[in-house]
Amino acid sequence: MTSRLNGAAAAHAPPTATAPPDEILRVENLKVHFPLMKGAVVRRQVGTIKAVDGVSFALNRGDTLGLVGESGCGKSTTGLAVLRMAEPTSGRIVFEGRDITGYDKTRMRPVRRRMQMVYQDPYGSLNPRMKVRTIIGEPLRVHGLAGDEGSYRHRVDELMAMVGLLPDMAERYPHEFSGGQRQRIGIARALALEPSLLICDEPVSALDVSIQAQVVNLFMDLQERLALTYIFIAHDLAVVRHISDRIAVMYLGRIVEIAGRDDLYKRPLHPYTEALLAAIPVADPEIEARRPRAIVKGEVPSALKPPPGCRFHPRCPKAMERCKTVDPPLSDLGGGRAVACHLHSAGGA
Amino acid sequence: MPQPLLQVRNLTTRFNTERGRLTAVDQVSFDIDPGETVAIVGESGSGKSVTALSIMRLIPTPPGRIESGEAIFEGTDLFKLDEGAMRGVRGNTIAMIFQEPMSSLNPALTVGMQVAEPLNLHRGSPWAKAMDQAKALLGRVRIPDAASRLASYPHQYSGGMRQRVMIAMALACQPRLIIADEPTTALDVTVQAQILDLLKELTRETGSSLLLITHDLGIVARYADRVAVMYGGRIVETAPAIELYKRPRHPYTLGLMASIPRLDSDAGRPLVPIEGQPPDLAQLPAGCAFSPRCRIATDPCRMSRPPLVRVAENHSRACFNDVPA
Repeated sequence: MTSRLNGAAAAHAPPTATAPPDEILRVENLKVHFPLMKGAVVRRQVGTIKAVDGVSFALNRGDTLGLVGESGCGKSTTGLAVLRMAEPTSGRIVFEGRDITGYDKTRMRPVRRRMQMVYQDPYGSLNPRMKVRTIIGEPLRVHGLAGDEGSYRHRVDELMAMVGLLPDMAERYPHEFSGGQRQRIGIARALALEPSLLICDEPVSALDVSIQAQVVNLFMDLQERLALTYIFIAHDLAVVRHISDRIAVMYLGRIVEIAGRDDLYKRPLHPYTEALLAAIPVADPEIEARRPRAIVKGEVPSALKPPPGCRFHPRCPKAMERCKTVDPPLSDLGGGRAVACHLHSAGGA
Repeated sequence: MPQPLLQVRNLTTRFNTERGRLTAVDQVSFDIDPGETVAIVGESGSGKSVTALSIMRLIPTPPGRIESGEAIFEGTDLFKLDEGAMRGVRGNTIAMIFQEPMSSLNPALTVGMQVAEPLNLHRGSPWAKAMDQAKALLGRVRIPDAASRLASYPHQYSGGMRQRVMIAMALACQPRLIIADEPTTALDVTVQAQILDLLKELTRETGSSLLLITHDLGIVARYADRVAVMYGGRIVETAPAIELYKRPRHPYTLGLMASIPRLDSDAGRPLVPIEGQPPDLAQLPAGCAFSPRCRIATDPCRMSRPPLVRVAENHSRACFNDVPA
């Protein structure tokens, strides 16, 4: 295992000059806030949605970081901000040694070749009027890498073979394909520019159960063959556990716990991580009958008005007095683990 | 042996589509006993939702039609009732909970009125009394501060709270059977657990039966007493939940179990996917619908459809071959 970093340490670490050579991405104190506007004639800001509110993590080359959490936790916005498709309000994004936070469109262009996105909905993310060949080859044309017709066709064929599509499928349209095949088309398109980092936003959650495993296995194969690095965003903790080396659990715009896969699942420290794991049923009735059930109360509050103190305290079965007023920082516990909880703060916050 | 609450026999439902006539549900038979939770599990297009809608006689006709079969509920064949009599069943003795609470609730009526409506309609409770009962029902589904929330509209509720309202509506007339079609698929995992626990607890209290339609084998394991696995419009295997997970006897069931990552399994264990694609109901193969994807399919599988036959006490499956355990 090459994973090493965690948020708290990253926030205090010196800048990129000393970044370890195998580090591909570092996100420091990232915030993405959206203004909430009201009024049709006189527009005024009535609030701020803090979709991502101080997220730090680092990722090593060839690793997979899982980002999990329930809707509204900021996991997708974090992914979009890394790609600079959502504008960071503050913080730093360092990708392959370069601070890309302030890059404009022109300077982002070559960077985009190195990081690509795979979307959740294989129906909405493919242009229905384009043939599969055009969809997969489009990034090559956009970036002026298509070359002559022969090499372009060859490259598209190669990409299709890589994701397990047959060559004769190139002349067909997306509607002729099933969900799983469409997701393969989306992956082939993402791979066209030979990126080093793929951000996968719920890439299997729209697929049928029997197809999910095909696509998960494809992701793992490709990672091995092409030395890819993944950020794998999903709400399904079982899938995330299967594919990730490290996992960050998010809640209301923050990382509440980050740890190696086995540590997180065998010994969750944050009460929210514990609750998430307990909420997911295991496909075995006999185990289910014996499993303890730590059900949390209520639902995720609005990101418009996050609770004071620890954001999880109104739902937390272990909340204490200080949790209502003091926001626990993400504290480094060593061994690649960090947790934001007063129960585990190292030496007290 | 108690008399089953619902006996579905040879249910066949077809749809006329641009691509021809397709059989969404094909000769499906199963029972639900009083107080029992039965799960129908399957992927998209397996026919699980159409089975539920057929029992409720909610198949849009045209293009769909219940071609044949019986659904004997408390001694009456639901398929022989006229529309008026069927309306007296829906929301009264059989209630249904849908996946998307926002599209099943009326956005223009207060939550209180919607929960009170079945009581007014089926029980003849005057509105004032029905509203009182609605308040009690919202309390039972743990909606905090129920009294003041009666006058709220669905959009003022969160997703989980809306699904609680749907459960309150379903429970209003103390139905004997609740059909829940993917009731928590649209909800976050922590809320999903809350809602299903609540539903299970309330059905246990009232002794009503639950028909749970889902694609999630984890949910089936946690909540169901008995399971029917559907594929390509047919039941391919049915057994008590514990038996099904311990000794799956159909290659599709076995394939599903091997293809899902589990929280408690060895994380390094590779997933074994089911190759190929789910069947296209308009172009089903002549033989077993699963045969094109089946690892152990033989010539007979491709020629004729295996019937559902008993292989053990309460355990049936539709497969010609021996399945390695």
